[in-house]
Amino acid sequence: MAKRIDVADLDIYYGSFKAVENVTLAVEPRSVTAFIGPSGCGKSSVLRTLNRLHEVIPGAYITGKVLLDGEDIYSADVDPVNVRRTIGMVFQRPNPFPTMTIRENVTAGLTLDGARRSKAELEQVVEKSLRGANLWDEVKDRLDRPGAGLSGGQQQRLCIARAIAVEPQVLLMDEPCSALDPISTLAIEDLIEQLKLNFTIVIVTHNMQQAARVSETTAFFNLPAIGQPGRLVEIAPTEQIFSNPGEQATEDYISGRFG
Amino acid sequence: MSSTRELPATPAPTASSGIKGKSVRRGDTVFRGLSRIAGIAILLTMSLIALFLVWRSIPSFTVNTANFFTTSEWFPDQTPPVFGIAALAFGTLMTSIIAMILAVPVGIGVALFISHYAHRRMSAILAFSTDLLAAVPSIIFGMWGLEFLTPHMQGLGQWLNDYLGFIPIFRNDLGQYSKSIFIAGVVLAIMILPTISALSREVFTQVPRGNIEASLALGATRWEMVRQAIFPFAKPGMISAAMLGLGRALGETIAVALILSASNSINWHFTEPGGNTFAANIALRWNEAGSTGLSALIASGLVLFIITLVVNVVARGIISRHAEFRGGN
Amino acid sequence: MATVGSGKFERSTSLLQDALAGRRLPRWGVGAVGLTSLLAAYLLNVLTVVDGVAGTFLVAVLLFVIGQTGWSFTVEGRRHAVDRLATTTVYAAFLIAVTPLVAVLGTVLVKGFPVFSAQFFTTSMRNVSPRSEGGGLYHALIGTLEQVGLAALIGVPIGVLAAVYLVEYAPEAKSRRLSSAISFFVDVMTGVPSVVIGLFIYTAFILTLGLPRSGFAASLALAILMLPVIVRTTEEMLRLVPRDLRESSLALGIPRWKTILKVVLPTALGGIITGAMLSIARVAGETAPLLLTTFLSQSINSNPFKGPQAALPTFIWDQFTSGTDASRARAWGGALTLIVLIMILYAGAKVIARLTGAKKS
Repeated sequence: MAKRIDVADLDIYYGSFKAVENVTLAVEPRSVTAFIGPSGCGKSSVLRTLNRLHEVIPGAYITGKVLLDGEDIYSADVDPVNVRRTIGMVFQRPNPFPTMTIRENVTAGLTLDGARRSKAELEQVVEKSLRGANLWDEVKDRLDRPGAGLSGGQQQRLCIARAIAVEPQVLLMDEPCSALDPISTLAIEDLIEQLKLNFTIVIVTHNMQQAARVSETTAFFNLPAIGQPGRLVEIAPTEQIFSNPGEQATEDYISGRFG
Repeated sequence: MSSTRELPATPAPTASSGIKGKSVRRGDTVFRGLSRIAGIAILLTMSLIALFLVWRSIPSFTVNTANFFTTSEWFPDQTPPVFGIAALAFGTLMTSIIAMILAVPVGIGVALFISHYAHRRMSAILAFSTDLLAAVPSIIFGMWGLEFLTPHMQGLGQWLNDYLGFIPIFRNDLGQYSKSIFIAGVVLAIMILPTISALSREVFTQVPRGNIEASLALGATRWEMVRQAIFPFAKPGMISAAMLGLGRALGETIAVALILSASNSINWHFTEPGGNTFAANIALRWNEAGSTGLSALIASGLVLFIITLVVNVVARGIISRHAEFRGGN
Repeated sequence: MATVGSGKFERSTSLLQDALAGRRLPRWGVGAVGLTSLLAAYLLNVLTVVDGVAGTFLVAVLLFVIGQTGWSFTVEGRRHAVDRLATTTVYAAFLIAVTPLVAVLGTVLVKGFPVFSAQFFTTSMRNVSPRSEGGGLYHALIGTLEQVGLAALIGVPIGVLAAVYLVEYAPEAKSRRLSSAISFFVDVMTGVPSVVIGLFIYTAFILTLGLPRSGFAASLALAILMLPVIVRTTEEMLRLVPRDLRESSLALGIPRWKTILKVVLPTALGGIITGAMLSIARVAGETAPLLLTTFLSQSINSNPFKGPQAALPTFIWDQFTSGTDASRARAWGGALTLIVLIMILYAGAKVIARLTGAKKS
């Protein structure tokens, strides 16, 4: 149930401003691909084009192709809502829906899509998703308490449970640990390790050690100069990026010479 | 840059991906349409107000035998009809001016007190109590003005006449001090005070801390800080607060209708009984008006609508220009 | 050696302290000036130079301002004297503003409370002449609740939807012209006098469409008066909902309209209810539009669509302008009832705001 993503000649615009230019890359199924690079290089923007969330910002659009198992997700006969159902996302700051309980948060994607599901079926989904997010044991006794009452790390795992409850093919993670403490970060990284058995994962991170720890492939993005669009500098197996990068800019960034 | 990397051979699209579908949902279309209609309904209401007032006031214009703008009398149902808004305009303007003179400095003082002088916890309570003042219905202000304030204003009116009587507006030849433009103005001042203080308070609290601290760091006293840092920043906001207060004073109806004795004459002796305003005139003459009378009242309402519209548009214009300016920083 | 050194050091700190402190009025200075002024004013009162409580107080304030500013000028210099004068003025402005609030609420309480009785709330004015005592405002209470309720039923959905348009849909529209026009006229609408709205309903619905004067016509006017407040508060609340929340809902494959209905609006619900209640409180006391769109009535009529229907503001107007002692007393009773009603709405709005605010944290 994991799919591959291919991006070809992708340009990203916010109105007349070109934020990212000429990105071509492939994301392999059942693996973790990390996007690294300095702030403002467009790595989050690229991530958001993969589930068509980019276009909810007024004036934002792309040119180029994004293929999900060979199918163009930007083609006219594709419904962005279905794309997002297939490609889930976890955000930088944990953001459970504040008006909903833990249980309602997990099932939100299922109950709000219009299809009717039996209670038993939903119960199953809740347990399966929370177990999948390594959260079940911590919250099983308080499923009807507000999701906002959990700790930051728990909230983020709840958001992951919410994302995997709709059974996506791909999971996008936009700096999922940057708002968390080190212990919660480790818990999330362990979880990513497990999730990649079933999902294709793309993770944006500021933390190079994290990229080195969790990913098989790493893509390095950079900003040639202020005001210019961000570019993909190189994408390669993580081992190679961190030991023997192909580009000087990558090496400079990895070794902490800038960024 | 590894753009040389070829796009890998991809498997043929599988039908099972399930991402195809109509991207336009009926729910989205309906909900967007409904909310758009609601927005348009507001615009429509505003234009319909103008349209209906114009349309329904035309009959009175065609039969009026006097100049609408320079006549003081109000006898629209007489044959031939004679009526005009001169006295109404005079009364509306004078009561509002008195209200502004009293309420603007006090309102700004209150706003300063709450935002920069009072203790933090205290200021929340004070802000709430000025909001309460705004919640008191105008009819109650009218009753209070008539039964409580009028007897208390007697002494002040006499004093003004005795010592400042050489100025026409303070002179009182009748010895009666009730139901006057002056009292109406004072009541209006109390009524618009919350508007002015609430809006000024808002801009005062928006003054960047940096400006305030920079001024204090230069050794300014609190008052010098207010003059150097707060007033220049908040000036456009204070002006529009005053204008919005003016808008409210111009259109205030019931309180004025209760206080004034509704005589359509122009009398510069503000402490003597008399005077009338657009709004009060409508409320007081509504039930006794014939068809021309109603149309004439609608015509006066149209004038009031236009005046308040202009005042509000100018006030909002000042605010929004200021907001854009601030946004540019 | 050491002691001499430390002595020198002490002297220099005290010099520095002098420089920092400057010459200021003693701590007790303000209180002393205040007390002296009060005493002096009281003395002048006893000597019959001034009379009346208000006059005496005014003289005391004047003496205080002169005394404090003068003393400060001679001791602290011009800048501090001006500062003290400004502080006094600001405090005075506040006192001036609070006085009428206390006076109005006090008058309503003192004059209104004696009228309160079980009968006052359970009977109408049917068969009660203006001169006789008794009667009640049951009919007016029903009318106000129905008219205001109907107005909310009309005004709240339109206002909330318009705010949804402005916040959720307008930014992505091709042209901002419609939304900025709506936004602008919502602001302008706040300033349209209520009597003009009453005129509009009269001309449009009664003169043109031929509908009778009724409680419903009044509700229409009140709904228009509520609209701008509801739009503004809802807009503000919707803008407070983090964009993340919308995006994570969309990222789950939840359609846009369901995201707004089930995630965004519930998150902002507390604030929206607060705004709605404040707007209801604001229009509940409106008198002018009711005078133009309803007929005064002395009897109970629970059907807002048919026949004359009373309301609290028109009840107060009618009783007050009838001008007898008994009717004026009833008017004050009505005023107290109206204020209590509005205060309940206000307190309710504050409680809801606090409750929902706490839930988020």
